Amino acid sequence: MSGGAQRDPARALAARLRALTPARVGLARTGASLETRDLLDFQRCHAQARDAVHSRLEAASLARTLTEITSAEVLRLHSAAPDRATYLQRPDLGRGLDEASRKLLTARANSQVPGSPSNAEATLSLIVADGLSALAVERHAAPLIEELLPQLDGWRLAPLCVVEQGRVAIGDEIGLALTAQISVVLIGERPGLSSPDSLGAYITWAPRPGRTDAERNCISNIRAEGLSYTQAAGQLVYYLTEARGRQLTGVALKQESPRLKEG
Amino acid sequence: MTFAHAIGSTRYTFADLRDLLAKATPLRSGDVLAGVAAESAEQRVAAQYALADLPLEHLLSEQVVPYEADEVTRLIVDTHDAEAFAPIRSFTVGELRNWLLSGQATAERIAALAPGITPEMAAAVSKLMRVQDLIIAARKIRVVTRFRTTVGLPGRLSARLQPNHPTDDPAGIAAAILDGLLLGSGDAVIGINPAGDNASVTARLLRMIDGLRQRFQIPVQSCVLAHITTQIDALKAGAPVDLLFQSIAGTEAANRGFGVSLALLEEAHQAGRELHRGAVCADGQIGDNIMYFETGQGSALSANAHHNVDQQTLEARAYAVARHFRPMLVNTVVGFIGPEYLYDGKQIARAGLEDHFCGKLLGLPMGCDVCYTNHAEADQDDMDSLLTLLGVAGVNYIMGVPGADDVMLNYQSTSFHDALYLRRVLGLKAAPEFEAWLAGESFRQLAADADHPERLLSA
Repeated sequence: MSGGAQRDPARALAARLRALTPARVGLARTGASLETRDLLDFQRCHAQARDAVHSRLEAASLARTLTEITSAEVLRLHSAAPDRATYLQRPDLGRGLDEASRKLLTARANSQVPGSPSNAEATLSLIVADGLSALAVERHAAPLIEELLPQLDGWRLAPLCVVEQGRVAIGDEIGLALTAQISVVLIGERPGLSSPDSLGAYITWAPRPGRTDAERNCISNIRAEGLSYTQAAGQLVYYLTEARGRQLTGVALKQESPRLKEG
Repeated sequence: MTFAHAIGSTRYTFADLRDLLAKATPLRSGDVLAGVAAESAEQRVAAQYALADLPLEHLLSEQVVPYEADEVTRLIVDTHDAEAFAPIRSFTVGELRNWLLSGQATAERIAALAPGITPEMAAAVSKLMRVQDLIIAARKIRVVTRFRTTVGLPGRLSARLQPNHPTDDPAGIAAAILDGLLLGSGDAVIGINPAGDNASVTARLLRMIDGLRQRFQIPVQSCVLAHITTQIDALKAGAPVDLLFQSIAGTEAANRGFGVSLALLEEAHQAGRELHRGAVCADGQIGDNIMYFETGQGSALSANAHHNVDQQTLEARAYAVARHFRPMLVNTVVGFIGPEYLYDGKQIARAGLEDHFCGKLLGLPMGCDVCYTNHAEADQDDMDSLLTLLGVAGVNYIMGVPGADDVMLNYQSTSFHDALYLRRVLGLKAAPEFEAWLAGESFRQLAADADHPERLLSA
């Protein structure tokens, strides 16, 4: 099949197939095996995905950027998973805060101005966690928040939190401590071979430890080749509004979500 | 009942069968996460000594998940075939290992044993086996199934063509199907994981594949791996449903997490059988295996439905669910679940070989999705190793994904090229019906028409 005479028609077919799908179709073969260029392309993508999983979030720098954007205090927190190897094998530790963070959060919550928000205002806790791709968070969290902020009429913003070695459910403990009606966790998704920097957003009404995934809504694939900041912010505002109206998130909201239909 | 074994001056005790099986399991992250793993290497081997001396009959009297609380346990106990079990009734677990590896254990004798073997027996003996034991024992066992192709024959290796697309776009899926067929994949099934779970999308994709199949006379079966209730809805609406798929696990509670029960699976099995869509296969038999199941170590723990049983024993229990429905295809999706269950290439490879061996011993047509995610400590070299080992072990089928990169599920599996590699390096062929098609006029016609892939959609 890799013979010279068949090469050009095979290449033409490969191009036509590739126009129809992002899948790795139309790969040539030498004997039964991949040709060198295709082999290396795959290894490059895997290398980028691995680097995304194992790179460390520049939390200080991200916190500074977010402070500038929001003109408000940003809390730096850490999960109970001390390092990446532990984080990968013990998801339970990534779902809770370490002792120092817990103390910091309690102290911050106690210093909040007493009195509940007015009827017109509910408290939103915005949390940024590295998850499985610090790269996604570094690229997309700040621009998405910048897009979102002007659209948050009627929400009071709790201190924004940046969490290292965090999983989605860590927003439950944080949201509860900050007495938020709703939490939004922006988190790096598990990198795919062609998407090392995909950001996800998880929305949870009445956050508290023990919430299940069925009680959250998720916006996925926020990145340059996926959902734009404008689209993602629009969907977030939709969920926030609906959640507030119906006092819930999760499967019950999913049915009417504005997610793109198939086909 | 407690169990014990002394090594030197240390006497290790194990609280019950569940504890003994868990502590005897070769190290994997999921058992550590569940808090059931051995606490030291010496404790692990002590458990293996104790397990080796355990009479197989004990595995019939003590259950790892209570009979009253779990319909999978009830299925295992109530369908156990004492007559088939008779030849090994007096064995210990260690003696079963010796027998399986001996010349006494011929293909026919092992096959006759299957209804007498429980998942716990299969799991127990596998915990005493090295990688080469898992390979040489599994290689003796052929489990052959039929629909429009015959899968699992000696000297054959089939591939599931997995043409997934991020938005279920029919043209994109057709392009991947064409690519796979031209590279000789698809003889196990053309099986699409849909991005959305929706009966009309399921029906549309099934009709597209069926049109292509009839136009080019391709001996294949199709499947859209939506939830089984969605597939039943599509079937009732008249969609051309070949195989019915469902993910399953080894406890009633974990299956509930998947939204299924034995009764629901039975309903699907009946509905599918009534369609009689199987064909006369190469040996003249009409294909009537219509179910397709996927499994994977760790699924019960991830649903918090593991009853403190180790993940490999629970995986074998899922095979008891599968074999009740005489499936066409069963495969473990071995590295998909993530490093908190199987941490690295070494753990994934052993688990894949355990699953293949246990499934075959229990009488299942085992394939394997040799795969990993980007947060596991694994790479293509690990996949090549496991792929080759499974080929030597006689695996029925593997996955064929374009370039090994599933752009919908975001994980790496094996490719069309990998299937070609394995066939070539081990001298294996495709399923006989499919092999004949690849050499015939219809295949040449498909290859010619492939110059205009979009036209294939209008079949």
